[in-house]
Amino acid sequence: MTQATESRSRSPSTVLQQSAAGLAIATRGLCKVFNGKVAVRSLNLEVPRGEIFGFLGPNGAGKSTSLKMLLGLATPTRGEAMVLGRPAGDVPIRRKIGFLPEHFRFYEWLTAAELLRLHGRLYGMSHSRLRQKVPELLGLVGLTEHAGKRLRDFSKGMLQRIGLAQALLNDPELIFLDEPTSGLDPAGRRLVRDIIKAQRERGATVLLNSHLLSEVEITCDRVAFIKHGEVIETRELNSLLAEQTTVQVRAANLTAEMAAGVEQWASSVCLQNHQLTLSVASREALPQILRFLVDRGAEVYEFTPQRLSLEERFLEIVGNDGGL
Amino acid sequence: MGVWIMAGVTFREAARKKILWMALAAGLAFLALFGTGLHYQMKDLAAGRVRPILLKQIPGAMLMVGLYAIDLLTVVMTVLVSVDTLSGEIASGTIQAVATKPVPRWQIVLGKWLGFAAMMSAYLALLVGGINAITYTMAHVTARQVPQGFALMWLESALLLSITFFFGTHYSTLTNGVLALGLVGLAFLGGWIEQIGAATNTTSAVNVGIVASIIMPSEALWRRAANDMQSPLANALNFSPFSSASLPSSTMIVYAGVYTALALLFAIRRFRRRDL
Repeated sequence: MTQATESRSRSPSTVLQQSAAGLAIATRGLCKVFNGKVAVRSLNLEVPRGEIFGFLGPNGAGKSTSLKMLLGLATPTRGEAMVLGRPAGDVPIRRKIGFLPEHFRFYEWLTAAELLRLHGRLYGMSHSRLRQKVPELLGLVGLTEHAGKRLRDFSKGMLQRIGLAQALLNDPELIFLDEPTSGLDPAGRRLVRDIIKAQRERGATVLLNSHLLSEVEITCDRVAFIKHGEVIETRELNSLLAEQTTVQVRAANLTAEMAAGVEQWASSVCLQNHQLTLSVASREALPQILRFLVDRGAEVYEFTPQRLSLEERFLEIVGNDGGL
Repeated sequence: MGVWIMAGVTFREAARKKILWMALAAGLAFLALFGTGLHYQMKDLAAGRVRPILLKQIPGAMLMVGLYAIDLLTVVMTVLVSVDTLSGEIASGTIQAVATKPVPRWQIVLGKWLGFAAMMSAYLALLVGGINAITYTMAHVTARQVPQGFALMWLESALLLSITFFFGTHYSTLTNGVLALGLVGLAFLGGWIEQIGAATNTTSAVNVGIVASIIMPSEALWRRAANDMQSPLANALNFSPFSSASLPSSTMIVYAGVYTALALLFAIRRFRRRDL
């Protein structure tokens, strides 16, 4: 029973082990079936080290189950997963992993400082290290004044903060955050955002599972869109948001011929009064469109590319049926 | 290391449960009641209204009644204190923060078991020690073989703990409690059927009792503990909750020990394999 890897994790194939080199997380065909119901169909995921990686999908898309499989809390029905170069569920590698569960809770009779000391000891940290680390983390999450307060007297937001602190105790290389900002007020959300960014600067990888797309948009380097337990798309966030652009053009002398002419760059064109609305696939076409209009005599007063929000991209990719 | 951390936090968790303190208060109230009853009984004995042959037997019998109550209290407390430690923490998700730490799952279960076992040992020792101290002070009587009796009662508590852990890794808290206490009831009933069968020489009834003890050996442990603790004269009375017309064999005691270890092992095995 002392084996390093508990029975529920399997040894990944050599192919996956090779492809996992340099990745914080690599999965292939990861699948979970509960009582005949498919929770995760076939998850293929590659999370590079040192990035903040967003895990996006509608309710019931299998995000939390996927997270549980990566953390060794649930056994995959099929497929394989590597975490920090070791099979998911490996016990020693957990020294390098931090995890904030959704709705963090623990024995309510513990004080905030006691909770951190207990989890630190479970990580195998020495008493002297904890003496330094516990006040530091309480300060980081803004709970220094509440160090001696029992968890039963904590608000939901305070529980999330102390939960985040316990996930950072061991200076983890990989941090799983499941809805870290739920229950937090705007100041709390900002604090969490700053902490996540600081972790990236430290060189850690963060897997962020969040419903709050605005949070993901501000924080993440890369996102994976999950639907029906499959990764539909994994993209770098900047390129994803830059790609599809809507442009509003307000100009005098706009004609139907001009509108027809810009169709070579735009997927949709709409001319109404003195306003032209274009949807272009690449921002690189914007100077050419402007030159085209000016050359043909349009007097342009306004030429405004509008960035699509992540929410719009999310609905476009995942669909607005909620994945059901 | 993980085992001792979990044992420590579980001991503290158990110590903070109101139910334990209520049970301790109930136990102390019971000891006070017992002491008062014994006091008046001894007054009567001193006044010479009782035959001399009963001088030691009456406080001895009262002591056995007290130990029987302690045994029942400990069994029920063992189940109630530990019933939600695994199923409850799995259902609430509390276990996730621990199960993702670099501690193998078997250490979590074993540590929790040790924490509760330590708490129940202290509880049992306090009550068994307390009642013997009272009878010794008032009547110069103690149970015959206190260490053996205590060990058997402890094993009964440990058995219930393992069973509660086993069910706790399979079922919800409520189902777990019903099943564990249901088994205690089954053993109790089986024990009486066996005694009545032995007293009336009905082999089939004795066999029914033995089967019940095989399914759940808790009552057999108490019968054996009672036999070790009370006077040979009281044992000869044959028909009471404390004497045995059909005395559980040493094999049955070994069986109960193996049962306890196996129930814990299967609880660990199930906890290691299940999703949390």
